[in-house]
Amino acid sequence: MDIINLVFVFVLAIFLGVELINKVPSTLHTPLMSGSNAISGITLVGALALAGSDNEIVSILGAVAVGFATINVIGGYMVTDRMLAMFKKKEGGDGK
Amino acid sequence: MSTEIIDLVYIAAAILFIVGLKFLGSPATARKGNVISSIGMAIAVIATLFTKGLNFELIIGGFVIGGLIGAVVARKVEMTSMPEMVALFNGFGGLASLFVGWSALKATASPEVFFLVTVFLSILIGGLTFTGSLLAYGKLSERISGRPFVYAGQRIVNSGILLAVVVCAVLFIQNPADQNWLYLAVGLSLLLGVMFVLPIGGADMPVVISLLNSFSGIAAAAAGFAIGNILLIVAGSLVGASGIILTNIMCKAMNRSLSNVLFSGFGTVSTSSGPVIEQGEVKPMSADDAYYVLEAASSVVVIPGYGMAVAQAQHVVKELQELLEHNGAEVVYAIHPVAGRMPGHMNVLLAEADVPYDLLLEMDQINPRMETFDVAIIIGANDVVNPAAREVESSPIYGMPVINADQAQTVFVLKRSMASGFAGIDNPLFFKENTRMLFGDAKETLGNLVKAFD
Repeated sequence: MDIINLVFVFVLAIFLGVELINKVPSTLHTPLMSGSNAISGITLVGALALAGSDNEIVSILGAVAVGFATINVIGGYMVTDRMLAMFKKKEGGDGK
Repeated sequence: MSTEIIDLVYIAAAILFIVGLKFLGSPATARKGNVISSIGMAIAVIATLFTKGLNFELIIGGFVIGGLIGAVVARKVEMTSMPEMVALFNGFGGLASLFVGWSALKATASPEVFFLVTVFLSILIGGLTFTGSLLAYGKLSERISGRPFVYAGQRIVNSGILLAVVVCAVLFIQNPADQNWLYLAVGLSLLLGVMFVLPIGGADMPVVISLLNSFSGIAAAAAGFAIGNILLIVAGSLVGASGIILTNIMCKAMNRSLSNVLFSGFGTVSTSSGPVIEQGEVKPMSADDAYYVLEAASSVVVIPGYGMAVAQAQHVVKELQELLEHNGAEVVYAIHPVAGRMPGHMNVLLAEADVPYDLLLEMDQINPRMETFDVAIIIGANDVVNPAAREVESSPIYGMPVINADQAQTVFVLKRSMASGFAGIDNPLFFKENTRMLFGDAKETLGNLVKAFD
């Protein structure tokens, strides 16, 4: 893809990120960090294709990346869910 | 599946990430938001698996090993250890980006300059995120000393490393076929991460973790540029932006610039030069006497700090809260943005103890009405309630926004001993007329208070 298009998307995504995250209350900052950590495990998608290369070095490096990114994705989402399940409001106590 | 369909799925995944982050804007919807975000991840991964020519043996191997480690850690980790776990995961994210960049380089026969720049960046940022996070993990879990490590000529050494990075980048881009520059780049990035976290003390960790969080996202975005994958760029920059905002919030809450946090080795500088001000008698109090004050109180504010996490006192705090409420008192919690070792650390611990999140107030909400509270109970917090930040111009933390605990009618400080706080700064709060010190382990002291109520 065109370099300029990629940069364009990059810049817009940063601005969008700033707008979105500014609205997150401080009480949720820890889950926000672990949740965004899970999202940064998106490198998994890039690693998958590389792991399938015919070149042995490329595929081994790719597979290692798959492993580490998977730790991030699985661990990140699970621990975030565990934390968020504990946040309860005073009234009702219905877990919301 | 054709690449067009995969790209369409990527767009859907990006939308789910964005909606998921939007739902994180309120505690009521946050859990749903996390699920939505994880669905985005799942469909992106599944669609990618339909790419032609994948090597499923290696992929499944990576999935199983990584998934098992991730799942076990996520289930086992104690809530008090959350900062070091997040640090560790940041590091793995950075390492994954490093390997993607490296692998992409090996996969490309005749690389262009732009490609080489992005590969270099993903290796550099990924590598420094990895070692920086490992060091932060070590400091947070107290496997190594949390003290800032400062030595003479540190700036010169660091400048030298940075210069070497730039030179290495130029040589790498000019001779991509020469392996040595690549290995040097990997080595320098790992060294840079160590040098970057080494001078930073435990109390400044919220800033460092936020920054490393941001780096892990930016490294993913750089890897996305390297392999021309737009989803990596979008997701990576969302995470990068998130980390930058948190870093900014943490710096503001300490009234310090980012460069001051990163390069000054705060604490070691101030211990020797800190002038002794307003020293006087501290007034210790027993838990039994404190009970009588609490029993008569109609409003109580609890101000937790890192000491609550260390003593694992969050559950007994909640017990005390219930007893006080039963006794007719209003109980709220005041949370300073940098209390603890990462953004939102205290909130998670109190949530674990079933404290409703609407009782947790931010500094700006609590300060205007601090005078109306009969008792402020400070549990293992020090610098974030230090009135020197308002009153003593020569104090190293002068100007830092603090919770004005001293303005409550009576202040209870739960503290292990009279040793100064992490930053080594004197706290005049301990000597104020309305302050009473409850010495000892926070959990034990609170337990005694709870017993007194029974």
